[in-house]
Amino acid sequence: MMGPDLTWYLAVSAFLFGIGALGVMLRRSPLIVLLSLEIMLNGANLALITFSRHHGELDGQVFALAVMAVAASEVVVGLGLIVAVHRRRLELDVDKLSTLRG
Amino acid sequence: MGNVVVWFVWILAAFACLGSGAAVVSFSNPFYSALALIGNLGSLAVLYLLLSAEFVAAAQVLVYAGAVMVMFLFVIAYLGRHVDTPWAGAPSWQALGAVAAAGALMIEIVVVIGLKASGRLTDAPDIAHSFGSPREVGELFLTDHLLAFEITSVVLLAAAVGGVVLGSHAREEPSNTVLQGGEERSGR
Repeated sequence: MMGPDLTWYLAVSAFLFGIGALGVMLRRSPLIVLLSLEIMLNGANLALITFSRHHGELDGQVFALAVMAVAASEVVVGLGLIVAVHRRRLELDVDKLSTLRG
Repeated sequence: MGNVVVWFVWILAAFACLGSGAAVVSFSNPFYSALALIGNLGSLAVLYLLLSAEFVAAAQVLVYAGAVMVMFLFVIAYLGRHVDTPWAGAPSWQALGAVAAAGALMIEIVVVIGLKASGRLTDAPDIAHSFGSPREVGELFLTDHLLAFEITSVVLLAAAVGGVVLGSHAREEPSNTVLQGGEERSGR
């Protein structure tokens, strides 16, 4: 099956990582910061799977699955933090949550 | 003929992926952002299939686009309507710096890939038909990467405990303080 070069997949992965980094730095809502983090992790996953295909070894795919599990646990903790912040009637804005006083 | 179809699918998936990624960052309503992220994860699964990573593509759709995004949508619906307007008014220095930093990061990655890997990535090796099948990935997980597999289970357990603690703490705190105050009073 002939398709595009693996370099093109790596370019997509770099663009995804850049878009995610832009979202993390630009947006103030912690929910969208978490969503952008997911985009960054998926860009890294795409690079891992591309290199796994390049070497013809499955180790990269195993690593990608481990990254997926870590991302799922990160989402659990992050959403738990957001819900806890919301219950304390604080404003959901990462710029205004800069001090850790109750 | 098959070549053209692969190219067509790749272009469709790549542009859907990048477009929905940009949509996640630019929507002001988090609900729409989460829906766009589901599209992003789905088109990434198509790219994984083109790289013959069938099991990872299936896990991506099941775990990410299924479980994780349902949790996201549930929390967004629970929090109610939180619309922030990132594009209102003149762009601040912080926003300009963020755009510059993200652009520099992306250019850096592209330049490194172009310098280091452009000539050597043109010929992917021929692979067996079973490459990326659940059998092969599972075998690797239980032989070479057994430690990573076990550590992943510990990480998931820690995250589950952390989620329960974070979720229960805020609700029980008022009753705890009342209880402690009551005990102190009765002690005196």
